[in-house]
Amino acid sequence: MNHLISIEDLERADIERIVAQAERFAEVSDREIKTLPTLRGRMVLNLFYESSTRTRSSFELAAKRLSADVVNFAASGSSVEKGESLKDTVLTLSAHKPDAIVVRTPWAGAAELVSRWCSAAIVNAGDGKHEHPTQALLDVYTLRQRVGAIDGSSIWIVGDVAHSRVARSNVIAFQRMGAKVTVVGPPTLIPRGIEQLGCDVRYTLDELHTADIVYALRMQNERMSETWVPSTREYAAWYQINGKRLSPHQILMHPGPVNRGVELSGEVVDSPQAVITAQVQAGVVVRMAVLYELLAGSREPRPVASMAGSRAA
Amino acid sequence: MSAGEPLIGGPQPPADLLLRDVHVLDPRAAIDARHDVRVRAGLIVEIGEPGTLDVEQWTAEAARGADGGGIEELVDGAGRLRLLPAFFDPHVHLRTPGQEHKEDLLTGTSAAAAGGFGAVIAMPNTDPVLDSAPLLRSVRDAAAREARVPVGFLPAITRGLAGEQLSEMAELRQEGALGFTDDGKPVRSAGMLRKALQYQRLCGGVLALHEEDQTLSRGGAMHEGAVSAALGIAGIPTIAESTMVARDAALAGYEDGRVHFQHLSCASSVEAVADAKARGFRVSTEVCPHHLLLTEEDVRGLDTSMKMHPPLATEEDRLALIEGLRDGVIDCVATDHAPHARNEKEVPFEQAPMGTTGLETAFAALHTGLVVPGILELSLLVERMSAGAALFELPTPTIAVGERANLALVDLDATWVAGEHGWESRSENCCFAGRTLQGRVLMTLAAGAIAHRDRALTMVGV
Repeated sequence: MNHLISIEDLERADIERIVAQAERFAEVSDREIKTLPTLRGRMVLNLFYESSTRTRSSFELAAKRLSADVVNFAASGSSVEKGESLKDTVLTLSAHKPDAIVVRTPWAGAAELVSRWCSAAIVNAGDGKHEHPTQALLDVYTLRQRVGAIDGSSIWIVGDVAHSRVARSNVIAFQRMGAKVTVVGPPTLIPRGIEQLGCDVRYTLDELHTADIVYALRMQNERMSETWVPSTREYAAWYQINGKRLSPHQILMHPGPVNRGVELSGEVVDSPQAVITAQVQAGVVVRMAVLYELLAGSREPRPVASMAGSRAA
Repeated sequence: MSAGEPLIGGPQPPADLLLRDVHVLDPRAAIDARHDVRVRAGLIVEIGEPGTLDVEQWTAEAARGADGGGIEELVDGAGRLRLLPAFFDPHVHLRTPGQEHKEDLLTGTSAAAAGGFGAVIAMPNTDPVLDSAPLLRSVRDAAAREARVPVGFLPAITRGLAGEQLSEMAELRQEGALGFTDDGKPVRSAGMLRKALQYQRLCGGVLALHEEDQTLSRGGAMHEGAVSAALGIAGIPTIAESTMVARDAALAGYEDGRVHFQHLSCASSVEAVADAKARGFRVSTEVCPHHLLLTEEDVRGLDTSMKMHPPLATEEDRLALIEGLRDGVIDCVATDHAPHARNEKEVPFEQAPMGTTGLETAFAALHTGLVVPGILELSLLVERMSAGAALFELPTPTIAVGERANLALVDLDATWVAGEHGWESRSENCCFAGRTLQGRVLMTLAAGAIAHRDRALTMVGV
């Protein structure tokens, strides 16, 4: 594996290998000295074009646990605000010879582009509304810890599917691990054609009790002002996961940060069925496993694909 | 009521040529056979049986001016090279004035000539917008100096393309406007378009319409469907185009106005145009090579050369467009040649500007994709490639004695990789770049002058 751009690029065996590696790192996390020397002398660059405290600090912690050097580059307050293009920024930062670049942007396909412009291993930490592969891996890991294999399980992803890279990566990852995925939300927030990813589509929670795992997505306030749904109140009335809707056998997941009282009621967030905190903990060990997968043992610089960019033949 | 030639090009010496044993194909003139064709002083003067005409020497007084006799250049077609009426493109962006880093009159018309086009119509979404008579005069003056093939201009329907006030259409017509368009944007307000249609009774000129309901397309960067859902990119539904086609066809019918729908992209729009034509409304339409050959699947790799407006739609839409072109619901081919600089396109897909270049690849791509596999007849493609001229009340390029030489000499067997030796266009954002195409334009004559000759073409002077 040279890069982690898309869950689509991973076979089930790849996902299982990364999850197994994360399990080994988890054992270390329980020790008094949590740091491993594995990536000493290697540099991980966090290139973030969107504000993100959680994902960025999770990557930073993962890299430091493996003794890598970490450089954080945030678009705000940088050359980007002075009009530098993504390509020029990447070429400039490449001069520091990072071994890996963790990149988050608001644009689909940007991580893939970055991988063409430099020789570092690229980790996609979110490209627009397209993909967020490490989130999907940590969710698979979390489920593995909690329930074991998810073959044949029914997973419902609830909420704003249209604007969610988490939903897209998880639909693919959960199906690859043998689960059956249903996406559910207001019809305005379910993109036309999403069923071609292999998932079922529903618009109500009437059959929610059939799910083994309920994965709620964050409902952003700006979706209301853009009139995707009439009001927060109406959204919550129809789609909020609360004590009445969540069955006792179900596991509840959420990528964070939670809007209490909107997509989740306070009682379910705090219930033992919720694994939301476990997801955050999983984030560090899974990202350690991803960096390990990409960097450990590969000292040779990677060839740069093509500076001119590739064209379909 | 327009003054002067509506098409205007640079000063090119009239050609003296003997095209020997070329396969002449002009579906309108019902010619499909091998001939010798003599072009003298830019006019087609003789069409004879193959191998019967000889190169003639000219004396000064004949047509060439004082400095000595002309010798006809000889091109030997060996019975194999096709001589076609030059193509006509009613929809190109030459980016002058204001965006010359993308294209200018010389590079854009050189690209046209390289693609076999004998004339093009330029769009007004320049900087500043082409919406006033003085500006039109200045770009026509520039075209008279620089253009390789004649150019016609469609100034804006509304000032600044803002959709709020009509441009001075009557004065623009006097200055040589072929018609009007807000291309790149729709005329959002039905009331505004109705006024333009009413005013058309005074000044004439076709209204060419970019159809897009922006309340449906807003924020979208590609076709709305399975691929946009998988990529998480906001989609543009095909109804953003077809509902506007239907609205504006109804307006044109009500006012008995003359409208031309630009770059049709989907099945539902073809249906809307067919319906309008069946009702006898004065509507015409065009289709671009990329919509005839590519689909949303080609966008999956997020190559920004595949980002254009309207977006590449589904295979079903593509097949409906081919059918429309075949049965005449779609009148002609247009490229919507839309050059953008490399740095503008070398960005994430959602940030990239819309548009692909198309002049240099249009015929070869359509020949490769539709004629070679037997989907369209060559003669039908040739007819549709030049049918745009008549839609704008211009003479159709024709191969007949006495006609100005507007000709494309084509090798249908030659294969080449699009872009492998660079482009005549200043920009390289071509959706067909890197593809192997069959069919190459070897020579283009525009308004009687040689506008392009391929390096592969050997000429024999005698």
